[in-house]
Amino acid sequence: MDWSAVPGLTWESAYLGIVPALIGLVVSLPLGIACTRWRWLYGPVLSATSVLYALPSLALFIVLIPYTGLTDTTVIIPLTLFSLCVLVPAVVDGMRSVPDPVRQAATAMGFGTLRRLVQVELPIAVPIVIAGLRVAMVSSISLASVGQLIGVSSLGYLIIDGYQRDFATEIYVGGGLIIALALVCDLLLVLLRRSLTPWRPRRARGRPENVPIGVPAQPLPGGAA
Amino acid sequence: MSFFSYAWNWIKQPQQWHGSGGIPVRILEQLYYTGLSLIIAALIAIPLGILIGHTGRGAVLVVNIANAWRAIPTLALLVLLTIWLGFSVLAWLIPLVVLGIPPILVNVYEGVAGVDPELKDAARGMGMTPWQQVRKVEVPVAMPLIVLGLRTGAIFVVATATIAAYIGLGGLGRYIIDGLAVDNYGEVAGGALFVVLLALAVQALFVGVRRAAVPRGLREQVRSS
Repeated sequence: MDWSAVPGLTWESAYLGIVPALIGLVVSLPLGIACTRWRWLYGPVLSATSVLYALPSLALFIVLIPYTGLTDTTVIIPLTLFSLCVLVPAVVDGMRSVPDPVRQAATAMGFGTLRRLVQVELPIAVPIVIAGLRVAMVSSISLASVGQLIGVSSLGYLIIDGYQRDFATEIYVGGGLIIALALVCDLLLVLLRRSLTPWRPRRARGRPENVPIGVPAQPLPGGAA
Repeated sequence: MSFFSYAWNWIKQPQQWHGSGGIPVRILEQLYYTGLSLIIAALIAIPLGILIGHTGRGAVLVVNIANAWRAIPTLALLVLLTIWLGFSVLAWLIPLVVLGIPPILVNVYEGVAGVDPELKDAARGMGMTPWQQVRKVEVPVAMPLIVLGLRTGAIFVVATATIAAYIGLGGLGRYIIDGLAVDNYGEVAGGALFVVLLALAVQALFVGVRRAAVPRGLREQVRSS
């Protein structure tokens, strides 16, 4: 087994996994904020993202080949589309987690819409948005390896090569590194969330990720459901 | 040429519609693999999710499984089992079932555990046995999430079954893998188009299932939340 290729392949996997999640975030922020502001928009957007999410990655890669060729872009576009299914609801839930009194207080202090968004609402939304980003990033890192089937190189190469040569060790290394990469990125995002939200208690054990600490639970529309 | 013209030029050839490698046979194969795996996954995950959601024991385990599952590289799981077991029913059935279980388990658990405690109290107060509480109150109230879990599970199983063509499984993925091997993009595109159509059909099916399975009293609330 050629170990010298491993760092390059790991970098490729990281690139193919992280970039879609970040582009997805850049797209989801305005989209999610728009869906919070104009509620009627959320239903159609949610339907569209969940239909896209249902399409198998391999099939989407192939649909794109005539347009983007056998390049990283062919893998990045579908993974970005998948990430929207997690990230748009994360942004919307995050924005909805801002308590109304906080919003009103900001307005009363003379904050304009944009300043209130950037300085008040988004920081409160950070934990939920990052929880979504973690899911999107871990999924796209592991899905990126499927791109190897159309020849877009990543740690998936070790899996395919190991299979073709009937050499299980290479598959363990490839699969293990993909999982390790996903865990490292996940950990980095947890650290990022902590540094962005220093007011939150360090230990939030036993509480679900998507309930902001210290904020009274908002009644769900419709009660039981 | 666009993706669709490649796909159409291949699909319209009469020889694609006959014989053991013809499109109708491949569609039935794909439905068989997907259906069988999903049924087995549901038979394991639904009772387990209800049990954990009802008793609250093992909840941490469920959440951890859900997180770990996203990091699993599908391709590695498929090729490893093929190397260990040789290509056999188990080599594809185990990964398909294993990847189908977590989304069902998590959603069933969340659905049952998330039932309004007042509803549960009322059920107990009416003298319902634990079994009746589960069957008449908790499961019907959790139904939207149970159907969502099955739908997500189905999405994963369809996508993984397509990738499993790489280890020798039949179904629509065959066209993609075989076409890629001989650089016949028409065949690859035709296969991908049918995979996409199948995935959309599965989505539509679950919209119907949801309509049929969710109790009438919950429907309005579900839509508004």
